[in-house]
Amino acid sequence: MKDVILKAENISKQYRLGLVGTGTITHDLNRWWHKIRGKEDPYLKIGEANDRSTKSDSAYVWALQDINFEVEKGEVLGIIGKNGAGKSTLLKILSKVTSPTTGEIKTKGRIASLLEVGTGFHSEMTGRENIYLNGAILGMTKKEISSKIDEIIEFSGCQRYIDTPVKRYSSGMTVRLAFAVAAFLEPEILVIDEVLAVGDAEFQKKAIGKMQDISKGEGRTVLFVSHNMAVIQKLCNKSVLLDKGKFVMKGKTEDVIEYYLQQSVLNNSEYTFDNQLNSDKLAYTNKISIQDLEGNLINEIPIGKPWAVKVTFTVTEKVKNLVIGLGMTDLYDVAIRTTWSLPKDLEKGKYEITFTEEYLSFNQGQYKLIIGISRGAQVIEYLDNEIFMTVSDAIYQQEKSIVNNKSGIISNQMKTHLKKIN
Amino acid sequence: MKAAEENWLYTISSNKKLIDLNFNEIWRYRDLLLLLVKRDVITLYKQTILGPLWYFIQPLFTSVIFTLVFNNIADIDTGNGVPSFLFNLAGISSWNYFSACLNGTSDTFKKNQGIFGKVYFPRIIMPMSTILSNLIKFGIQFLVFISFYIYFVYFTDGAYNTSITTAIIILPLIILIMALLGLGFGMLISSMTTKYRDLSFLVAFGVQLLMYGSAVMYPFSLIQEKVNEGKLPDWVGFLIEYNPMTIVIELFRYIMLSVGGFSLSKLIYAFTISILVFLFGLLIFNRTEKQFIDTI
Repeated sequence: MKDVILKAENISKQYRLGLVGTGTITHDLNRWWHKIRGKEDPYLKIGEANDRSTKSDSAYVWALQDINFEVEKGEVLGIIGKNGAGKSTLLKILSKVTSPTTGEIKTKGRIASLLEVGTGFHSEMTGRENIYLNGAILGMTKKEISSKIDEIIEFSGCQRYIDTPVKRYSSGMTVRLAFAVAAFLEPEILVIDEVLAVGDAEFQKKAIGKMQDISKGEGRTVLFVSHNMAVIQKLCNKSVLLDKGKFVMKGKTEDVIEYYLQQSVLNNSEYTFDNQLNSDKLAYTNKISIQDLEGNLINEIPIGKPWAVKVTFTVTEKVKNLVIGLGMTDLYDVAIRTTWSLPKDLEKGKYEITFTEEYLSFNQGQYKLIIGISRGAQVIEYLDNEIFMTVSDAIYQQEKSIVNNKSGIISNQMKTHLKKIN
Repeated sequence: MKAAEENWLYTISSNKKLIDLNFNEIWRYRDLLLLLVKRDVITLYKQTILGPLWYFIQPLFTSVIFTLVFNNIADIDTGNGVPSFLFNLAGISSWNYFSACLNGTSDTFKKNQGIFGKVYFPRIIMPMSTILSNLIKFGIQFLVFISFYIYFVYFTDGAYNTSITTAIIILPLIILIMALLGLGFGMLISSMTTKYRDLSFLVAFGVQLLMYGSAVMYPFSLIQEKVNEGKLPDWVGFLIEYNPMTIVIELFRYIMLSVGGFSLSKLIYAFTISILVFLFGLLIFNRTEKQFIDTI
């Protein structure tokens, strides 16, 4: 039997764009005039889907539109989607920070949210006092906190500083302390937004471990938003995919992530960029193409073969020390390598730079390319999330190699030397 | 199965009740309220040399200046046998409580937008904690007043007409009226400034101006005199007379110094007004708290 602990029905949220100024008051008055006559809000009809890149006359957008889903007890639900998909808005509604424009959410338990650690810390108060205050803000009673304070302090690893004002803490310590408080919350439903992106590696590991305990060991329901697919995959058994404020799918995390990543990969070998948008920059990219060494565009690069990336860019005025960088990450945004050109002084004009490599040492799969243009340390342009490349294992298949998905990101072989010694 | 599914504990929706004051919820968060009060009190004068002495300095210095300006220079008569310093200290202590409540709560949403944008707890906890921490401050200033009262009555002979009246039993009611007025106006202003900031500019000097219309540095009888003499327009006299803060401050001085008069009908009037202001503020506050994070 399904034990549904949270149910969202037709959740929508509308936002008004632009500045709040004198124009707003006429809308407010109009809305009020409709309301007292018992008519529907005139501005609810005119919202558009939330697509940040298209320009439109409508001042209203739907950050969320008709979201329906159910969460079962003990489920760890990941919420994924691109920027602007409505993830954070959904969490804000869930944690009652803002209310939905239409629809309702019903729950069978208390919801506590952990949207950003350290909110409500007072810098003049000691660590211990802040644990009490922050715990109370998150909905704990003083008694509950007192019974757990030793565990909290131990988990944070700040024993030595616990009676020192928080303003003397390093930022890492503040975060540790804040996460420790939240980790010992005991609501039936916990809402978490990107908190694991803080702290050092050791603490991140500890935090993820704690999250796993909470969901698996203690059987609590967790809703989790993150851009870090690796963490989502590790923590969540089910996931929901949102796109432009609309519900796309809910299912097993692997399936949803797979679908999401596939969807965001456009299997192109040439990417062109709209000049108009970038015209006020010192330099901007016009075109990026993935090719072989002869300059033919290629869709897939076989493992171990030569390949090249050609970047066409425009310099709008004379610039010194211009550097073009090329970065590569996997689809989980794990950085693999960065390579860059030597600093050059360039006149105004259109340029072309090619990055080449004789031997592509990546394993099969899809990778993301990041193009950056900078002057010294100052970033002029940074393109990520837009360019993808595919590495194929066609050759290895022919050679009946043992390379497969699990053999890692890098596939170039080390030299081996085998001899009989006995 | 069907029945079990309908058994929801909480609902989040856009429906707004007119006044949605959930006492159970506030009670559940009582520890937060107390911790916030504690925070306000202990962090106020951290890293100052004089520390809590500032609690005394501000009303004392203001009283001295008021006495010099209004009594010694402008010659306002505070009544026979009533030291003007004591008269001013009484007015300032009570006025301070009201103005601190109003100022402290009038930027609730703006000041706490970071935390309100992240976590939910009953929003009213914040202004309530301001009212309570100011009550502690008022308590301290009241003790200062009592010490000076004792000094003037027992160690000087200028205060022969001064005594604490039995009406002191209504002191808690007077404090309640001030708290309700401060909280009500504060909630109202903080809600209205989330979208349009205009009001917040008004508050800063508005409170200052209101003090002159609340009989803080002069007895109300003086206003009546001037109106009768025709030196002050009738409507000004009317406004000052029916300003609830005038009534509260006059009452406070009547209780502590037995100057001015006591009128039950005016007390009831002030109490009614304070309840109305509070309810109206609460109503607007409730309407705002669900949406303000989108407009601030």
